[in-house]
Amino acid sequence: MKVSNVPFKGTKDQEAKLLEVIAKYKDQKGALMPIMQDAQEIYGYLPYQVQKIIADETGIPIEKIYGVATFYAQFSMSPKGKYVVSVCLGTACYVKGAGALLEEVEKQLGIGDGECTPDGKFSIDVCRCVGACGLAPVMIVGGDVYGKLTPDKVADILAKYE
Amino acid sequence: MADIKVTVDNITVTVPEGSTLLDAAHKAGIDVPTLCYLRDVNEIGACRLCVCEVEGARALVAACVYPCTDGMVAHTNTEKIKDYRRKTLQLILSDHNQDCLGCVRSTNCELQTLCKRYGVEKTDYYEGAKNEFEIDDSSASIVRDNSKCILCRRCTAVCEKYQSIGVIGNNERGFETYIGQAFDLPLAETSCVNCGQCIVACPVGALHEKDATAAVKAAIADPEKHVVIQAAPSVRVGLGECFGMPIGAEVEGKLAAGMRRLGFDAVFDTNFSADLTIVEEANELIERVTKGGVLPMITSCSPGWVKFIEHYYPELLPHVSSCKSPQQMFGAVVKSYYAEKKGIDPKNIVSVSVMPCTAKKFELGREDQDANNGLPDVDYALTTRELGRMIDEAGIDFINLPDEPYDDPMGESTGAAVIFGATGGVMEAALRTAVEWITGQQLGKDLLEFQDVRGVEGVKEASYKVGDLEVSVAVASGLANARKVLEMVKSGEKNYTFIEIMACPGGCVNGGGQPLVPSGIKNFIDVREVRAKGLYDLDSDRPLRRSHENPSIVKLYDEYLESYGSHKAHHLLHTSYVERKVNDDHE
Repeated sequence: MKVSNVPFKGTKDQEAKLLEVIAKYKDQKGALMPIMQDAQEIYGYLPYQVQKIIADETGIPIEKIYGVATFYAQFSMSPKGKYVVSVCLGTACYVKGAGALLEEVEKQLGIGDGECTPDGKFSIDVCRCVGACGLAPVMIVGGDVYGKLTPDKVADILAKYE
Repeated sequence: MADIKVTVDNITVTVPEGSTLLDAAHKAGIDVPTLCYLRDVNEIGACRLCVCEVEGARALVAACVYPCTDGMVAHTNTEKIKDYRRKTLQLILSDHNQDCLGCVRSTNCELQTLCKRYGVEKTDYYEGAKNEFEIDDSSASIVRDNSKCILCRRCTAVCEKYQSIGVIGNNERGFETYIGQAFDLPLAETSCVNCGQCIVACPVGALHEKDATAAVKAAIADPEKHVVIQAAPSVRVGLGECFGMPIGAEVEGKLAAGMRRLGFDAVFDTNFSADLTIVEEANELIERVTKGGVLPMITSCSPGWVKFIEHYYPELLPHVSSCKSPQQMFGAVVKSYYAEKKGIDPKNIVSVSVMPCTAKKFELGREDQDANNGLPDVDYALTTRELGRMIDEAGIDFINLPDEPYDDPMGESTGAAVIFGATGGVMEAALRTAVEWITGQQLGKDLLEFQDVRGVEGVKEASYKVGDLEVSVAVASGLANARKVLEMVKSGEKNYTFIEIMACPGGCVNGGGQPLVPSGIKNFIDVREVRAKGLYDLDSDRPLRRSHENPSIVKLYDEYLESYGSHKAHHLLHTSYVERKVNDDHE
């Protein structure tokens, strides 16, 4: 699993919320998963600093938390960028060339799926079918939908968000 | 619980309800191969080597997790089972680094043994993806090579369950699964205490100690260097196993002879400094008791334990005795007293130890373990296994070596020292001295043995009336047990005077540096008990059984250290500790 090197920007407010969550589940058996889910809800991802808080507060070894985080696809250790780039890899988009599209996005941004650019601006998230198969292949950038794409259009689209 | 009858390979045995098929097979004296199962450590039914046939069952079952029912009939070794096991081994090999010739575990590898047993000969049954891993040799003590790991999880089980540390675990999933640390931190940057119990549990060559034999051999070959070696108590009931001798065979004299033949300039005994530790530690204990010092006092011989308390209970550090471990006391005395006596420049002395321990390799590099002008007290620590490899490489016929004595002035020791290797041994040795010093009376032979603190139980307690004092003691081995005792101290539930803690379950006889015993044997016998018995026998055979009676120790104080706890003794023989975090701050 990809671990981000984007600097951690957690706030005191987020930490207070996480401590509240941990206090709620404290001493409850099997509480690790819900704590991690809530932590991801609060921070958007589970970097070292967040897993360390969970480990220090619960006494659960941090390796155990990391093991769970790397086991389940639902957990991410990379933050979401200011603009999330979702490339649809659903069947229709895929046969219309979404693979090459994703490759181009990865090349332009210098990151892979599930990762975030070091400046925190973009992250890539592949998805399966956004329900706009007529526009295949489709990519969503920061909530804006772009359809009928070819790789050569990617650079211009991303430039709009610079 | 009710007993039930089970028939395994035509042998009918009675087992308690709740037993597994593997328990029943063991009861019938049948060894079922296990790569992930290890008695008392790991039973997860993952490796599929222990599969057996149960009459009436739909498919083969994993014996280590299959519950017995009354009247059950099972078979452990049919052709069908053997085929299945063969296939499983082939699949394990399909993603296994088969660099067996150069592997530290070759000829002592559980995977290799089973491949031979089941006729797995070719190495390329399945072509396909192979994982690639980097070797983690960041630790001073432990090296991990995941290319040889078979994901049995014994190491992670022992780390979490026995040691309550859990610094290693499973990362990722499916084919990508590997054993590692959180965020792939190097092992050296975690709260690993270097106990090496993971190595002791590992069936293959994925874990081993950081090898120091090359450096030691180079020192021996250097004519400028005066190379001395000390051997810890437990080595003498372990080393024989490297040469096919029975588990726990006592080889004290052969050990001295073997080290001498390797070319060490002086062959000494850590037992000497175990006696030294006892007089310093008993003196510290009495001072703490009489002068209102911090109590309970806790022993400091086990470097795995010391690093554990630094990480996990730093607030209790004032309880830990300031005495260095016997290894380090020895080194400090070698480069001062011995160097002066012999007229050798301490810079030219290379101080080597052979220990049942991997944490000793870390300990020698700690701060405040360099009493002689910044020279390290100990330069290299070998494990029992490494010494075994050196003796083997030198072509020495170990089994037929004569018994030889250890060299003066640091070769003499008492029975109190030799029992250091068993859990409770340091406590017993300290009590022998402290009780006599406090009461001013000699203990009779029957009172000399403190049986309450012997045995492999994880936590032992006892109370003694010593003069007017009520002395309450506890002994813990294995860090999960240490945690229990520390919690009771913290909460004030227990008011101990003195506590002995050893990182490894059973004490040093079962240390991370001891010869590796395959699960096929460990599932049947308790290696800790057998080796400890060897030490207690040595103790009862010794003419002197109290540390303070050791003539060489008496002489050391007369000629050099002046008195127990003197300024000089403090400088050479005592140390300090540091507070560590469990999880460091990282950017």
